[in-house]
Formats: sequence, C-alpha cells, structure tokens
Amino acid sequence: MTGRHGNQRLFTVALMTPATIGLLVFFVYPLIATFYFSFTRFDLLSSPQWVGLRNYRYFFTEDPVVWQALRNTLWLVVVMVPCRILFALGTAGIVTQIKRRAGLLRTLFYLPALAPPVAATVAFVFLFNPAVGPVNQVLGVLHLSQPGWFADSTWSKPALVLLGLWGIGDIMIIFLASLLDVPQDQYEAASLDGANGLQRFRYVTIPSIKPVLLFATITGVIETLQYFTQATVAAQVASGQANNGAGTATTLGFPNGSTLTFSQWLYQEGFTNFYLGYASAMSVLMFLIAIGFIVFLLRRSGSFRGAEA
Amino acid sequence: MTARLRRTAGVASLSAVALTLAACGTSGSSPNAGPGGPTAGSPAASTTSASPLPSAPAKVSGTVQLWHFFTGREAKAIDAVVADFEKAYPDIKVVVKSGQDDTKATQAISAGKGPDVDLSYSTDITGKFCSTGAFRDLGPYIARDKVDLSQIPKPVQSYTEYKGVRCEMPFLADTYGLYYNKTMLTAAGYTSPPKTMSELTTMAEKLTKFNADGSIKVAGFVPTVGYYEDAPAHYAPTFGATWLKPDGTSNIGTDKNWQPYLNWITQLTKFYGQAKLAKFVAGAGQEFSADNDFEKGKVAMMIDGEYRNAFLKTEHPELSYATAPFPTADDKTSLYGAGYVTGNIIGIGKGAKNPEAAWVLIKYLTSNTAAMVKLANGIKNVPTWNPALNSPDLVADANFKTFLDIFANPSTATTPASPNGGAYQVTFQNWIEKWQTGKAGNNLQSGLSSVDKQINDALKLGTAP
Repeated sequence: MTGRHGNQRLFTVALMTPATIGLLVFFVYPLIATFYFSFTRFDLLSSPQWVGLRNYRYFFTEDPVVWQALRNTLWLVVVMVPCRILFALGTAGIVTQIKRRAGLLRTLFYLPALAPPVAATVAFVFLFNPAVGPVNQVLGVLHLSQPGWFADSTWSKPALVLLGLWGIGDIMIIFLASLLDVPQDQYEAASLDGANGLQRFRYVTIPSIKPVLLFATITGVIETLQYFTQATVAAQVASGQANNGAGTATTLGFPNGSTLTFSQWLYQEGFTNFYLGYASAMSVLMFLIAIGFIVFLLRRSGSFRGAEA
Repeated sequence: MTARLRRTAGVASLSAVALTLAACGTSGSSPNAGPGGPTAGSPAASTTSASPLPSAPAKVSGTVQLWHFFTGREAKAIDAVVADFEKAYPDIKVVVKSGQDDTKATQAISAGKGPDVDLSYSTDITGKFCSTGAFRDLGPYIARDKVDLSQIPKPVQSYTEYKGVRCEMPFLADTYGLYYNKTMLTAAGYTSPPKTMSELTTMAEKLTKFNADGSIKVAGFVPTVGYYEDAPAHYAPTFGATWLKPDGTSNIGTDKNWQPYLNWITQLTKFYGQAKLAKFVAGAGQEFSADNDFEKGKVAMMIDGEYRNAFLKTEHPELSYATAPFPTADDKTSLYGAGYVTGNIIGIGKGAKNPEAAWVLIKYLTSNTAAMVKLANGIKNVPTWNPALNSPDLVADANFKTFLDIFANPSTATTPASPNGGAYQVTFQNWIEKWQTGKAGNNLQSGLSSVDKQINDALKLGTAP
C-alpha cells in the first residue's frame, strides 16, 4: 500500500516538475529579480549598484512623465474596459437573437480580433486622419464636427477606445457562448412571472454569466494596464515621423503625451534610456496596482453574491 | 508547523538563489577598464582578450562579426565595401548582420554575446557606451597604429568620444541644411534662399497658399517640432544654442539663445493658426517615401539632411529644387554656413572575440579613403575622413556639395554626449510640442527651468548611487 502511494506520489511529482520548473524560471525568478533590481541602479551594461529607495523616490517625487502615463492608463482602464465589455455583450446578445445567417454574423464580428494589432492600428489611423481620412470626409459631408482624432490630444484616447471596440471579437465570442448557455426555462419562468426584457436581463442573464463577466473584466483590466502596441503604433503613425533607426525616438505619446501609457514609459526608461533599476521599480508598482484592481473586482463580485443571498 | 517551516525555508532558499542569479545577471566589468576592456579577473575577462598588442601584428586572421542597422540599398553598399575588405585581408572573414538596432546590440553586449564590431545609427549612445565600457577604448589602437585623428572634423571627433575616452570611430555623417523649391521661390519673386530667420518667416508667409475653406494648401515652411526633421537639435547651431553645461547638467533654461528659437516657432505657428497647422501636419505624407510633402510640392522649404538628395533623385527627378545652409538667428549671421551634424558610429564590443581583426575592419571602414568614398557614394552620406571628403572620386553635385561645405564649416555643431543618451533632447522636444500647442503655460522661462529640472533629475537617476 505504502509502495503504491509512493509510486503515485513520484508519478505526480514527475508530471508536475516541468510546469513547476517553468513557473520558477519564467515567473518566480523574474518576479524576485525585478524586486531586487528595483532597489538598484542598473543600466544593463555594468553591474547593478544598490541605491535603496532611490528609484521609488524618483517615481513619486521627480518624474512628471510617469504620472501622465499613469493617468492615461487609468483613463483607458476606466473607460475602455467597460466600453469593450458592454459593446461585446451587446453584440453577443444581438447575435443570439438572430436566427438566419447567425454563423456569418458571428464570423464577421469575430474577424477583427484576428487582425494583427499593428496593421489594424495603422489602418485606423489612416481612416481617422483629420486631413485626408474618409471618416472626417463623411462627417464633413454630414456637416458634423470633424475631430482631430489621433492628432488631437483631446480625441486620441477616445480614438483608441474606438479601435478597441472594433476588435471586441475575442470577448464577444466568450459572451456568446455563455449567453447561449443560460437555461431557457429560467427565461420562461421569469416571463410567466411577468418580467420584462430588462428584468430578465438583470435577474436571469447577468447572474448566469457573472463568472464570465468577471473573467472578462479582470483580463481586460490586466491587458489594459499593459496597453502598449496600439498606443505606440498610433502615436508613431499619427506623428508622421519616420523611425528609420536614426537617433532618438520622440513619437511616444503623440500628441502631447496623450497616448503615453505606463508600459510604454516603462519600456522607454528601461530599454531606451537604460534605467533598468527604475523600470523594475515601475514594474513592481504596476504589479501592485494590478493586484489592487483584481482584489477590488473579486471583492465586489463577492458582495454581489452576498446581496443575492 | 513543520510544513510551514518547510515552506518558509523553501521561499528563503529560492530568494537566495534568485538574488544570486540576479547579481550574476551581467558581466561585471569596470567602466573604461583601460586598453583591452575589463580588468583581469572580472567575469568578462576570459571572453575578451587583453590590451591591444604593442605593435600592429603582421598578420591578422579570424572571423569578425559586424552588426549594422542598414537595410535595403544602404545594406548593399556596406556589403560591397566589406567584400573589398575581405579581398584586401583574405585571412579575415566578416559575418555581416544587417537591421540590428541599439537595443539589441546593448542586450547582446550585456549578455556577453555581442558583435565584434557594432555600427550604430545614434551618436546618443556615445556617453553610455564609452562610460560603461560597452565599447572598448580605441585610444590605444589609434595611438599604436598612428591613425591621424586630425583628418576627422572637430564636431565629429566630439560625438565619438566621452570624457576623453574614444570608444568609437565616425562612420559617415548626416548634415542638415535648407531645401527649397526653386519654382515656388521664383514665382514669388525670390532669387535666393533666406539667410536669416526673419527672412525665412517673411518668405514662408508669402509662399504659403490657403484653400478656399481656409485650410493650408501649400506651406511656406512648417515650424512644427516633430514634423519630419524638425527637431531642436537641428536648429541649435544656427541659433547658437547649447544643451549642456560643462558639468553635464542642462543649460536649456540658462542659455538665452533658446528663447529666440521658441519665439520664432510661436510667431510662425500663429501665422498659420495652430489648428490649421495641426491638420496640415496630420495629412503629411510619410517622410521616407515619394509622398514626402517637399517632394510632392506641398511645402516650399524645409530642413533636412543631405540624404534627401538621393530620395529626390530617384522619387521626384522632375522637382526643381536647391539646397543652402539653414538661416541663422538675426543676430547670429556670422554662423551662416554652419549647421547640425550627426552620424553613424562604429566600435568594438566589450566581449569581442577577435578585437585585433575587429580593429582592422574599423580602421579600414573609417580611415581608408577609397572605402569611405565608396560608402559615401553608395549610401549618399557625408564622408567623415577629410581625404575622402576632398577626393575627386566623391560624387557630389551642387546640391550635395552644400552639405559638404556645411560639414566643413568650423561653426557646425553636434549634440553633446551624455551618460543618459539622448533623453535630454526627448524631454525638451516633448516640452516644445506642448509649448507650441499652448499646453505648457505662458511663462517661457519657467517652462524652460522645468525642463532643466526634469533633465537633471533623470541625469542623477542614471549616475548617482
């Protein structure tokens, strides 16, 4: 009996070892190393020097750019994440109601999610070009106001949100699956009790898909805290500057730093200015911010359960 | 309790291992470890040979890895010269890797896997690479082989060394001047290009045409920072403005020569109207394409480097244009003829496996007149070696010659090397972008002082323990 248990345990350990090693090497070690580097001056070329809380002090008291980057990122978290979830949920809801050519519609709504982010962003910036883009030309024909979109610091982040809404296919497909999974008899029972459409959505749909909503919100928040590619490409293309490798890149955040996100500034400080110690401190703080968001969302989710009980 | 202790011990040992690994993350070497690189006994010493040999070896052999950033037509020009080198030095094989940027090179050098020879596009890395020893000090090689540095113009010498350590050699240069559309200037009654900023402003206003809806059809000159090559670094020499104090801290708020530059931006921006100018810039064609606004006749004058001549020749040979030195500040007319110069740089990586052969290659590429003329003719950049600059084999029409003259002008200047690279330029340029759009307040001096503070704080972050 003991021998069989021992073999079982060995077998379990053997199965778990590759994943454990991967976790230690690619997650735990980088995490601890980042924490260590955050207390050092490290330029990648010479050995790290211990500087105590210097990097954190610079973050909180001396770096004006990081606060702008943080504000932009939090703006995107607060605006873009809910917008994407609501839009994806609405789209999925409509698709579930359509019986004819539903497959075609699902494919059409999902397709943008397959577009490479760089290509999609370049295309969007051209479409929304305030001088020659078709969007503003159409707005002009309709005698509507023509914003500067990616070239205007007031409109650049909303333009990124529009880009995010266009690519909701990945979330939409998850919502679609969960909506189709809601038991029909619950809707029927609610209807018999006199519930209208809004009430059925509030008291039947939402509780049924709540785990999926929570998943979409948490992953959406984490993705947006790491928002990088689209903002970088949009700024580069909208600024019109070529980055042919010559000299110092100045397009980050164009226009006026309005699209500069936390992860972009982290990259700039770490891999362009070679302040790896400071970039590590930024990573640690971003890690804490992400944990804060997740804990908040999980607690809110728990309170919902409490209210229902 | 036992399980808890075991967990604690596990975490403690893991942390210890991680910290140890972290400490070994980079090869520990002292900056500027003298000839040959790191000090003996340092982890990197075993991979880098010691000082250069006391006398140039009669025969150098082996393989040299050369990384550069060029692609396409320009990469082919490099390949052709490398082929010539291999013929001249048949015992040295050069493995060329194109399209490599500074970040990749830095990471590779840090990991001890860097190239023997790295050709970088940016003089901004000079301070960092020379001060950290990422590039080996070339001084001993230069002294040993008696390379005549006086054949390299002073500004070029300055952007390839930092605090007396020459860790790079210059490899062609870019010089900036004025391009103007001759047809437009003639139609407006001008027979010569502007020589002062006031003249530039007046001519720009006269050359500008608006559409019926008030939008800009043709801009005389676009003063928007970030528009193509419109950057403060390119204007500094003609305003006589300086970036850093001798101690390396920012001089932008103190040097009064920056204010006329910023006032000029404000003046010309007001003429167009900020919103109209922003819309015009948003519709600009891509810089390095046939849609470039100057090439398409959408702007009458612009600041650009000598390389634009090659693009114009192939993309818009029909365009009637000419080049001239960039206008100077009204009270700095003695500076007319000068301009901004920057360039490519080349050095031996810290972990070079074959530094002697690497040096032979660098010496060939940077001080062999025939090789440099061939490179300059192929890439259409300015040679950084005087005999090549004066060589009859250098292909230079009148428009290209303008840039050779700017390059040779004693007042031509570059951006100073700093241990935090080009971060000071980015900080200033980002602030100017806000200033131009009215988002940096109204007090110019106060704004410039805030730029100083930001630059100096960042400098301390990178240098002070």
